[in-house]
Amino acid sequence: MKNEQKLAGPIIRSSFTIMILAGLIYPLVSTGIAQAIMPDQADGSLLYNEQGEVVGSELIGQNFTDPMYFHGRESAIEYDASGSGSNNYAPSNQDMITRTEESIAAWSEENPATPVDQLPIDLVTDSASGLDPHISVEGAAAQVERVSELTEISRERLKELIEENTQGKEWGLFGEERVNVLMLNLDLQELIQE
Amino acid sequence: MITTILSIFITLAVMVLIAKPSGIYLAKAFDYKKTGLDKVFGPLENLLFKLSGIKKVNQSWKQYALALILTNGFMIILVFAVFRLQGVLPLNPSGNPGMEPTLAFNTAISFMTNTNLQHYSGESGLSYLGQMIGILFMMFAAPGTALAVAIAFVRGLSGREIGNFFVDLFRAITRVLMPVALVTGLIFVALGVPQTLEPSITAETIEGTAQEIARGPVGTFLSIKELGNNGGGFFGVNSAHPFENPNAISNFIQILLMFLLPAALPFTYGKMVGNFKQGRVLFVSMLMVFIVFLSTALFYEYQGNPALNALGIDTEQGSMEGKEVRFGTGQSIFYALVTTATETGAVNTMHDTLTPIGGMLALSNMLLNTVFGGVGAGFINVMMYAMIAVFLSGLMVGRTPEFLGKKIEGREMKLIAITMLMQPLLILGASAAALYTPLGTAAISNSGFHGVSQVVYEYTSSAANNGSGFEGLGDATPYWNITTGIVMYIGRFFGLITMLAVAGSLASKKLVPETVGTFRTDTPLFGVILVGTFFIVGALTFFPTLVLGPVAEYLTL
Repeated sequence: MKNEQKLAGPIIRSSFTIMILAGLIYPLVSTGIAQAIMPDQADGSLLYNEQGEVVGSELIGQNFTDPMYFHGRESAIEYDASGSGSNNYAPSNQDMITRTEESIAAWSEENPATPVDQLPIDLVTDSASGLDPHISVEGAAAQVERVSELTEISRERLKELIEENTQGKEWGLFGEERVNVLMLNLDLQELIQE
Repeated sequence: MITTILSIFITLAVMVLIAKPSGIYLAKAFDYKKTGLDKVFGPLENLLFKLSGIKKVNQSWKQYALALILTNGFMIILVFAVFRLQGVLPLNPSGNPGMEPTLAFNTAISFMTNTNLQHYSGESGLSYLGQMIGILFMMFAAPGTALAVAIAFVRGLSGREIGNFFVDLFRAITRVLMPVALVTGLIFVALGVPQTLEPSITAETIEGTAQEIARGPVGTFLSIKELGNNGGGFFGVNSAHPFENPNAISNFIQILLMFLLPAALPFTYGKMVGNFKQGRVLFVSMLMVFIVFLSTALFYEYQGNPALNALGIDTEQGSMEGKEVRFGTGQSIFYALVTTATETGAVNTMHDTLTPIGGMLALSNMLLNTVFGGVGAGFINVMMYAMIAVFLSGLMVGRTPEFLGKKIEGREMKLIAITMLMQPLLILGASAAALYTPLGTAAISNSGFHGVSQVVYEYTSSAANNGSGFEGLGDATPYWNITTGIVMYIGRFFGLITMLAVAGSLASKKLVPETVGTFRTDTPLFGVILVGTFFIVGALTFFPTLVLGPVAEYLTL
């Protein structure tokens, strides 16, 4: 074999070839396949109401401030899903400790019937994405007292609702047991409207 | 806790089971002799070679290195132009503007060097076209380049011709990266990851406000992000975003993809040099270090943050600040250790919020850069340490060190020594400069000892081509864009070129016949010496810095 090859041509031409192959053909072909066989997921697992309007995505958390509804986790971006992010507070950051203390105080005020030692840590800490759709099962249970009082729906009914919206660990092992707050509140909304 | 440990154990077991067959496949995929794979990929490859004007001729190591540097250099210029001009180019439904020059400089280098440090946020910083022909393009080209060099390096060690850079680069993409990425990308979509070219959508929420939801062609992006040890997120928060990692199954697949190539390469090496034990020793040594780091990090992360534990709430879940509920503490810190070991840089938790010791172990993975390491480049670095280990052992017993039957002499050791010194020079030099000037210190968001960790983490991540960050750092400024850009570039290409030179030099040497006195490099004893070398060289260099950052934070918390 000859040991000679000009470099300029192959460098320029292979760069453009890979750019078109990897940057255009690959994503367009996979988008086509994905849209054809699983359009729901490919569009973002959107949820619609009876009028066919988008009310959210099953995977994206929403901001709940009304005490009648179950609340999600702290979000530095108030669940603005046009972006994503959180505060990146170090464990030693005084702002984080102050914010958590304030959250606990606000929570106690809103949930006077539930002692603080039943408040799980996920409810008063920032998620990584600022869009976490889930809370722990304990986090949902800790809010039953408040929601029941304000909506006049029985505690037992709310506990059933939580159970229906609890997702177990994947394959019984991976990840954590959790409650999807938006799905839970959509069910709750139906009960309230009845 | 028990189920979490079991799930981690299962993940690692699957990783170990697929490593060897994947390694053998890689050896076959890059074999220039005719194989069965030619029938499958040959027609497409011949078309691509024709389009690119490539002849299948062997190159010398110098030609190979030159082709590599110039091709990557041209790609950087090309993508820099795309980022600058994306505002006026098509496929920009959200109307994102062109990138500022230092940011475009940083981002183009970041993705070409397989680092994927992101000083922009995907949702607002890039158009769909920028994500595709800028980022996706490089997410294939960068690991393809590194895989090619790793194979060429092993060819040199085994006394073969180095090969042809262009042929290897295309084969890496057509035979390895693209088929796996296509299939796993679609699996990700099935699990809930969006794959659409439609713009973001506005939802009317339960409480009656409008919520704009960003989306895009994420599935295809995600698979190559993990498989190529790229790590750059489609969304700003990377795989912590529910669209980029919807549940623990997608998380499991991402971890396997990150491990796939770095875990396979030792076996590819074993296969190519005709002695599987050589590869297995490397693999087991790295796995042992990984498991020790992981167990320690898990322990500290489950302890939680003492400052929050003191507030009287239920902290059984561990330290949940900056973590997602669906992953919990276990899968979050596991992912953090895998992403830093494999130099991927994808994150499913905010590393800034990790407990000091958990964060320190993630940092240590990158400082050592030998616990698997990124595709190709990491393996080459491990081989460098293997040669240092051989050299040290040779000194101790007073023999000329030999590696795979070739004498390691002054020329090779000089190249290895400057490569080894380059990494601390880049990390500590740049960190010292940043901590000295207000341009650097102004970026620190967590004051005190953690601020030191933030700066050191940023430059370590750049030099090791990892790309994760202690993201509180306000690094989207020209100072950080330019300095990290330079560190990434040197951190990537300096070592690749010097080690290709070592391989070229070894390839031209005569084989020394093996005797009873030969120090064997395929035994558990060598594995122990290798791990010792990682720690003697790596830990001694960086220990003082770790004391000033994470250790001090731990002790004062």
